[in-house]
Amino acid sequence: MTFDPLSRRRLLQGTAALTVATTVPLRAAFAKETTIGFIYVGSRDDYGYNQAHAQGAAALKKLSDIKVVEEEKVPETDAVEKTMESMINLDGATLLFPTSFGYYNPHMIKIANKHPKLRFEHCGGLWTDKDPKNAGSYFGYIDEAQYVSGVVAGHSTKSGKFGFVAAKPIPQVLRNINAFTMGAKLANPKATLQVIFTGDWSMPVKEAEATNSLIDQGVDVVTCHVDGPKTVVENAARRGAMVCGYHVNQATLAPQAYLTGAEWNWEVLYPRFVKMFTAGETIPNFYRGGLKEGLVKVSPYGSMVSEAARKQADDVKAKLSDGSYVIFKGPLVDNKGKTVIASGVNRGQTDPELEKMDYLVDGVIGATS
Amino acid sequence: MKSDVLIAPDHLEKSSRAALREQIRGAAEVVVIPALALVGALALFGVFVALFGKNPLDLYFYMYQGAFGTWFSWQNTLTRAAPLILTALCTALPAQLGMVIIGGEGALLMGALAATSAALALPGAPPLAVQVAMACAGMITGGLWIALSGALRQYRGVNETISSLLLVYIALALLNHLVEGPMRDPTSLNKPSTSEIGAANMIGTIPGTDVHWGFAFGIIAAVLSYVLIYHAVFGFAARVAGGNLRAAKVVGLSVSRLILIICFLAGAAAGLAGMVEVAAVQGRTNANLAAGYGFTGILVAFLARQNPLAVIPVAILLGGIGASGGLLQRRLGLPDASVLVLQGMIFIAVLASDSLYGRLPFFARKGGA
Repeated sequence: MTFDPLSRRRLLQGTAALTVATTVPLRAAFAKETTIGFIYVGSRDDYGYNQAHAQGAAALKKLSDIKVVEEEKVPETDAVEKTMESMINLDGATLLFPTSFGYYNPHMIKIANKHPKLRFEHCGGLWTDKDPKNAGSYFGYIDEAQYVSGVVAGHSTKSGKFGFVAAKPIPQVLRNINAFTMGAKLANPKATLQVIFTGDWSMPVKEAEATNSLIDQGVDVVTCHVDGPKTVVENAARRGAMVCGYHVNQATLAPQAYLTGAEWNWEVLYPRFVKMFTAGETIPNFYRGGLKEGLVKVSPYGSMVSEAARKQADDVKAKLSDGSYVIFKGPLVDNKGKTVIASGVNRGQTDPELEKMDYLVDGVIGATS
Repeated sequence: MKSDVLIAPDHLEKSSRAALREQIRGAAEVVVIPALALVGALALFGVFVALFGKNPLDLYFYMYQGAFGTWFSWQNTLTRAAPLILTALCTALPAQLGMVIIGGEGALLMGALAATSAALALPGAPPLAVQVAMACAGMITGGLWIALSGALRQYRGVNETISSLLLVYIALALLNHLVEGPMRDPTSLNKPSTSEIGAANMIGTIPGTDVHWGFAFGIIAAVLSYVLIYHAVFGFAARVAGGNLRAAKVVGLSVSRLILIICFLAGAAAGLAGMVEVAAVQGRTNANLAAGYGFTGILVAFLARQNPLAVIPVAILLGGIGASGGLLQRRLGLPDASVLVLQGMIFIAVLASDSLYGRLPFFARKGGA
């Protein structure tokens, strides 16, 4: 068989045509609509962190000319880089939401640098000037909702003992534990909160053990900060304790035991971002907000929540919502007796010091290390 | 297969022709039977998907497109295959001695820790020196980690499967302890990590591709392992010991030495995978490294029937399944677990097909040859 130049060229042309044929129709099909990619680290029906984001994505599906593509259980390795690029190359995505904390650096930063015309929005990261301009980070001050939850819990307890199942002693988690405790002490000054760290974000067996052991110690209200609160909520309810939820509304899992909970409200934020994006406006690179901005919300109170609890909780919520209330204000003492915020100092939500929190406030039983 | 056998001259005797035919038939059998198993598993998966109301033809098209359909897809597949080749060798090498080592994940984590430590201990050194030091540190630490399992088996009679698995949990605990304690970069607030090894020390990608050098390292390691096992006296001795331990001792082979060296080499391969994850992907050590490559490597080794050379195509196949998994989620709305179902079906089909060797009439030996 002879290889003359013509046939070789034909072969190359053929290959090129094939490649074009497989990619072009896909891109053309989405040319009119904006394709947005969502990436989750766990499953999107986990009754927790990932479901909260998936609910936000679902809100986008109702908008016209918006196509949402989703991928779940993507690990925080180069797999997420490939998933982002696959959404870009094969689906034509122009706006991406890699939603897990560990996706930020180096993975999302790397892909954002590689695709400067596309937009990347990350949940939880701390965007700085050194990061690419087409990348951004957003997060909600969910400790405000935790504080309100704490007030409800403080009114509802009989033993005055609360339990908190937490993943890791990192600033975001400590801030929630502290806010919940301070809210509870507002209603019940003698209240104590026992915290148990499981060591990782999704450890159902340890979470169940921790819940049981807390209840064995006399705790009657349990809450948590793990990726999927389902285990904690169901176990606590089965043991007859009350629960405060986290991430999304878990009332359907334990209707008789669910007092209230701290929820994300990505259904509000994502359409807001997408409208900015499709209108050609720039989404702020660093975006934060709490109850006032509508990024977080408090679950509807359960039927067993008393009038007094509702009244005080609503009162605190109203003040937080108009921005007139500061949770972390001096004098604040940690559980080792050290003053962490001096008298007269108010640390408002945007205070960068709060992002470095490394203490547990007075009333918390447990240690950060 | 040797090429000189294929171009056998006409004047060869009848018996050597028969031998040749026998050899080709044997080689074909080794390729055809796993291929049949693969096709069977894919067909079964098609039925599974059809039960969920999706078109199996779409499934096959998207799987092909996501894994091998475009140049991007190929790079995606090879990137995912890279760590699997190295971790598969961690199981395939000891298998020659009849040992079942399943602790590649532990060696990977220890290798990553050691490689990071080496880089952090050499600030300001030329990048090439740092990279070589990282590779050596990673391989030696990973090697010692698995050699420990080998030694426990040889000198203390501890089952190496159990000990290597338990060592994974020890490695993970050690990694978490160091990353959240002594080696923690204080600025890594919500994602405890070590300091970064520095952009200059990263090993980058193979020129013209997006695939990092780990893939090339994997190919080299697999080929070297193949030569060592099938074309060197040392490997022959190992296979003798794996076939019959007592016979090996009778002919004077030092079984202890064989076990320790093979286990060391196996661990070194996984340790190198850990070094690559740090130096090519993450840039530092944190909990993200425990992505399960070590465990997927076991699957690869068994599917490759413990042949170091066959590990390469099998790793690429599994890389391709991983790469196409995302597209299946996005286009067909299948949950992530469906990819695990497919992996499970392939695993069962290939293991079950073992019983077909020597039984298919087409490959049956004729006469007394």
